[in-house]
Amino acid sequence: MPDSPLFTAAAIAVIVLAIAVVVGVGLKVIRSFRDLGTDAERATYNTLHAASRAGQHLRGGLHPAGAAKASKQLRVLLGCDALAITDTDSVLAWDGAAEELRPTLMRLAAEVLDTGRTVVVPRAGHPATSDHGHHDFSAVIAPIRAGSSVVGSVAALAPAAGAGLVRATSEVADWIAAQLELAELESSRTLLMEAEVRALRAQISPHFIYNSLNAIASFINTDPARARELVVEFADFTRYSFRRHGDFTTVAEELRCIDRYLLLEKARFGERVQVSLRIAPEVLSTVIPFLSLQPLVENAVRHGLEAKEGPGHITICANDSGAFAEVTIEDDGVGMDPEHLRSVLAGHTDGDHVGLRNVDARLRQVYGDEHGLVIDTAPGEGTLITMRVPKSQPDHDA
Amino acid sequence: MNPAVGLFAFLAVSLATAVIGFYGLRISRTTGDFYVASRTVPPWWNASAIGGEYLSAASFLGVAGLILLSGTDALWFPVGYTAGYLMLLLFVAAPLRRSGAYTIPDFTEARLDSKLVRRVTSLMVVAVGWLYIVPQLHGAALAIRITTGLPSWVGSTAVVVVVCLTVAAGGMRSITFVQAFQYWLKLTALAVPVVFVLLVLASNGTQPQAPLPVNPTGQGAAGAYQHISLLVALLFGTLGLPHVLVRFYTNPDGQSARRTTLIVLGLLSVFYLFPTLSGALGRMFAPELAQSGQADALVLLLPGKLVGGLAGDLLSALVVAGAFAAFLSTTCGLVVSLSGVISQDLFGGSVRGFRLAAVLAAVVPLGFALMTDTLALAGSVGLVFAFTASTICPLLLLGIWWRGLTDAGAIAGMLTGAFLCGGAMVAGTLMGPGNAPVWLAQPAAWSVPAAFAATVTVSMMTKNRVPASVNRVMSRLHVPERPVATER
Repeated sequence: MPDSPLFTAAAIAVIVLAIAVVVGVGLKVIRSFRDLGTDAERATYNTLHAASRAGQHLRGGLHPAGAAKASKQLRVLLGCDALAITDTDSVLAWDGAAEELRPTLMRLAAEVLDTGRTVVVPRAGHPATSDHGHHDFSAVIAPIRAGSSVVGSVAALAPAAGAGLVRATSEVADWIAAQLELAELESSRTLLMEAEVRALRAQISPHFIYNSLNAIASFINTDPARARELVVEFADFTRYSFRRHGDFTTVAEELRCIDRYLLLEKARFGERVQVSLRIAPEVLSTVIPFLSLQPLVENAVRHGLEAKEGPGHITICANDSGAFAEVTIEDDGVGMDPEHLRSVLAGHTDGDHVGLRNVDARLRQVYGDEHGLVIDTAPGEGTLITMRVPKSQPDHDA
Repeated sequence: MNPAVGLFAFLAVSLATAVIGFYGLRISRTTGDFYVASRTVPPWWNASAIGGEYLSAASFLGVAGLILLSGTDALWFPVGYTAGYLMLLLFVAAPLRRSGAYTIPDFTEARLDSKLVRRVTSLMVVAVGWLYIVPQLHGAALAIRITTGLPSWVGSTAVVVVVCLTVAAGGMRSITFVQAFQYWLKLTALAVPVVFVLLVLASNGTQPQAPLPVNPTGQGAAGAYQHISLLVALLFGTLGLPHVLVRFYTNPDGQSARRTTLIVLGLLSVFYLFPTLSGALGRMFAPELAQSGQADALVLLLPGKLVGGLAGDLLSALVVAGAFAAFLSTTCGLVVSLSGVISQDLFGGSVRGFRLAAVLAAVVPLGFALMTDTLALAGSVGLVFAFTASTICPLLLLGIWWRGLTDAGAIAGMLTGAFLCGGAMVAGTLMGPGNAPVWLAQPAAWSVPAAFAATVTVSMMTKNRVPASVNRVMSRLHVPERPVATER
């Protein structure tokens, strides 16, 4: 058993890993010998680099995790012995020496948070701790202002707090405030996007309601049982499309909605609409934006088959494709002019195909630009719409 | 055995796999069947698919071979392979399904909110997948050599080519059906010959050539340490197998994921009855196979030896078909889930990237398989389980059940496990077969606890790195889904 290929495989893996480490270290060493400009240039680079790295960590707002990472960079930037970041009621992060002073910091910072003025505390260290051989630290505490209110403070601890450290610390505090404003901007952008998605949330078209009710009315005398069935289907359909909760659904639920929709359309078109399905069960539980498939089918019926003479065929496929689920909707109807379609999707032309534009915009909002609808069409050639969404969406609840 | 029989069986199964992979879904449905199409896969069907994917060369050929060689000691393998699903049922199936993440790297990224953990996990998953494909290819090499007399490399290469073509050319867009078919094929291919052989033996009144000793090797039964280590490897290793976990996403919710696992337990138990019987029959009626070093081929050779004639040829063809179903289905499942991981982390998830990744996922292990040779399939698969148990399993179990897990802890645990278990494998090779001490040959009993300990210790040391989203993620994992709105 020990003479198995796995041993050999593992041995090869270890060797490859060792080579990778050697190459990595080698590259690092070589890079450190490369000419990186004058001392001043390097200092500028280092400062900006530390600032930009700290900025990334603060982009999520004032949180312990981000503050802890940022305080490391900022302490190097200020060249002090310890650096702490607080919000209005607790110390979020402490980097460097004299961590035993952490509990007393909020008391010292109270004045800063209250008045919004930078304070220098000489001999911040507790007398008892300095007996144990610790340095006697002075602290510079500067407020972080967001708008008119103080949201936290930065404390720099050093053996002596000169004017230089005081100036630098209040600059750092202002810089953190700017980062927090950026964070706020980011979060309001997210909110705006969410609001936009909600506003785009598709609605069923008024034409469809009107046409369906008319079709049902025509059955009331001739075939009351069918009329009743259709009314129930109509009720179920509206219940799904008017639901309030959740911006996401599963492929399975969306397919059920399409089923009802087609039943109602068939009441109108009779055998002129033929539909075939090829659904891979793996993608049925994939999460997709609410009402993102039904408008595509409605588009195929409305713009593909309605204008066509004789029966038309719609094929709906859902496939498993690696980390993505791929849904295609194909009709053999009259097709569209690609140029016209392009201007519709770009939002230049109003009128028809609003459903397509809506779905396209929502997909781009939620999954990024590369996940918009892909549409293959030409006049008289039918239309093929492809939608590709990632299967893994831990943040979205169906 | 007639070489044409083996060749024919291989071609038939390859063709069937490819055809079902490509056209299994082409049976179009009309709107009348809409409800059927939009209904999720029933648990028993999904369970068959999991069984089909899970029962690899080790189960189909290796278990019987080991029983022929070492008697009752080998029974621990089927016990462990099956009992791993009990662990999956109890600790992983439902929470993982609820997580909404599709691969283990996706899960760790969502749980720990860290890109670095994702990359390390992806590396581990790819390593495990590659290591697991190698024994499948060895099985194929062995089967082709024994049944057709062609050189060994033909078998492994043929399996890789068939798998690459089907996966990269866009087949396997719905792998569940293919795998479910493979389970029932494998079960039939093992059960029918065994039952037939038993009937023939009973009617001829053939006397056994050898008794059925409990421990035929006479080397003294393996110690308690080996058994414990093997069981730890198999129980915990099953939890981390990438191709098995992916299957659970076909279930609509956590509850049906549990039900599926329960059915898998039953299906596997039924299946393992037959390799065990084959092994015992081989021990009694064909003991010379153990000496000639062809133990792993026992299942393939038994019907031809004991039945003979046309019936024997037909039964052999059936067994060969089943064996290739085992190699193809497990390899296919692994290649599909590996290429998902590789294409996402390396090629940005494009369609072209997926094809490239599929070729990469299959060709690298082929290289390993051609360079090496093995005689003990069950053993080498056991080692893959040990590796999985030492790397992915701590991350998965602690990620689901312990809110204190941090990204640093997860990485430390995986690296510790990979280093210890991988190191033991390498050390074992350097010492040569038979010379390695027991604790090196079966590392799971100490490498798995070490990996858990490293994960927990480092997580405790880096408490401030617990992600802010832990409450949200945990409640998503453990709170049952709200019942789907009762729409007609």
